[in-house]
Amino acid sequence: METAVNLWPLIGVAVIIVGFVLRANPVLVVIVAGIITGLAAAMPLDKILATLGSGFIKTRNLPLILLLPLAIIGLLERYGLKEHAQASIARIQSATAGRLLIVYLFVREVSAALGLTSLGGHPQMVRPLIAPMAEGATENRYGSIPDKLRYKIRAMSAATDNVGLFFGEDVFVAFGAIVLMQTILRAEGIEVNPLHVALWGIPTAISAFIIHAYRLRRLDGYIVRTMRSPDVADKDAVIKGASV
Amino acid sequence: MIFVLDYFYILLGLMLAVIAVMSLMDRANPRRWATGAFWALYALVYLAGEHLPSTLVGVIVIVMALIAGFGGVALGKYGALPAQARLSSAQKLGNRLFIPALIIPVATMIGSVVLKDVKVGDLFLLDQKNFTLVSLGFGCVLALIAACWITKATPLQSIRESRRLIDSMGWAVVLPHMLAVLGLLFSDAGVGKAVAHLTTTYINMDYRFVAVVVYCLGMALFTIIMGNGFAAFPVMAGGVGIPILVGVYNANPAIMAAIGMFCGYCGTLMTPMAANFNIVPAALLNLPDKNAVIKAQIPTALSLLVVNIFLLYFLMHR
Repeated sequence: METAVNLWPLIGVAVIIVGFVLRANPVLVVIVAGIITGLAAAMPLDKILATLGSGFIKTRNLPLILLLPLAIIGLLERYGLKEHAQASIARIQSATAGRLLIVYLFVREVSAALGLTSLGGHPQMVRPLIAPMAEGATENRYGSIPDKLRYKIRAMSAATDNVGLFFGEDVFVAFGAIVLMQTILRAEGIEVNPLHVALWGIPTAISAFIIHAYRLRRLDGYIVRTMRSPDVADKDAVIKGASV
Repeated sequence: MIFVLDYFYILLGLMLAVIAVMSLMDRANPRRWATGAFWALYALVYLAGEHLPSTLVGVIVIVMALIAGFGGVALGKYGALPAQARLSSAQKLGNRLFIPALIIPVATMIGSVVLKDVKVGDLFLLDQKNFTLVSLGFGCVLALIAACWITKATPLQSIRESRRLIDSMGWAVVLPHMLAVLGLLFSDAGVGKAVAHLTTTYINMDYRFVAVVVYCLGMALFTIIMGNGFAAFPVMAGGVGIPILVGVYNANPAIMAAIGMFCGYCGTLMTPMAANFNIVPAALLNLPDKNAVIKAQIPTALSLLVVNIFLLYFLMHR
């Protein structure tokens, strides 16, 4: 019984773990893991190459979704798309960090669900706009804030972008993950309509919004408690000096 | 079929070929030969595709991985407009800038919902197996025309701009593609079977709830290890999702796939392997703790994982 299944290919999984722990380049780790897995499964070298090659051809549909729209987005960026998007979102002024991030979570998740994943992102939106606005909203209320709180607000801004993106984009029918699922299931002889896969992502997408929005409301509570605690008030002068 | 996906593979292949030539001529790029070769090989995969022998493509994949892995894809010079020019252009064009960006999703939706079943004579208008991708391709072509019309720029300028964007992503551009290949190779080599064997031997799947938990947690754990749900899905779907949830418990494959992938995304929120999402932003925001973003995400990820398990358990027969 035990000998019927070859457990050696699991070495490939170990290679991935070791590679990332050693901080090797992910592309190299992936390709080395692939070759070692093939060898562990007693595949001859030319079969491994052929499997890599036919797999690469078969999954050419994935990068299409990423690369084709870049020509349009890149051109629009040259003519000020980001600047205009930032100006439009900046008009949604909100009083607290939590509320501001809830609005961003909503916008990010809905626009990702429409396939507009490139309207957000860490370098384009979070660093120049979302994190400074969230910090600014807190400073408007309390004056200067301790660094620990500042870092927490920044980390939460980045987390909000990720949550909105991940659980929004899978609702878009032409998103890579949906195409991948369709391709894998087709290889197993199961045909699914991508639209159904997208639709069944909606319950999770809504749950993600509720859970993360609740956590952002709790962030506001945490900010209030932190700023009211006596040791923060005492340190206020020191922080002011340090942040200059 | 009148419009098949291959037309858009050729379009992307041509785009990559132009990018390759531009990279070769870019003297500001310290590794222009490696960068140009990388994009030329990728262009070849799209242009020649299935006409190439699989073994040769396998060699191309390894060469591309070596170029990308050893930093061969470097940045050049892109002739970007100064910030002031972009700002005044943004003010001048205003909301019109959103139109081409919105054409892509709108055309994709219209194509995949309305034009899906349209026939001209005896032929379907769109490739029946890939109608969403073909619709996306059409959306991009329409959006490009609109973008050139609104900004008065040339299509060549748009390829210059896409070169700026894909070069700035560097090796990360091909990582999802490589991970998908690794997933297929894993399933060919029987990694899914080995995982399924281990889990079915040591875990009693006679209870539907246990099977759902194993599948969902497996997706999350595998994604934490691989850094990407794309690589985890073939393993867990092949090991547990298809044979047990669909095969034994008659789950709807679309629901099994959709919620399973979301369990993987819960894993993505918790792993440093997903560097682009978790480690890069911590650096961008000057956070002293490089895992600060992951720590901010863990409570959301774990709660959502529990929600997903129950969603799949209760919805799987829909």
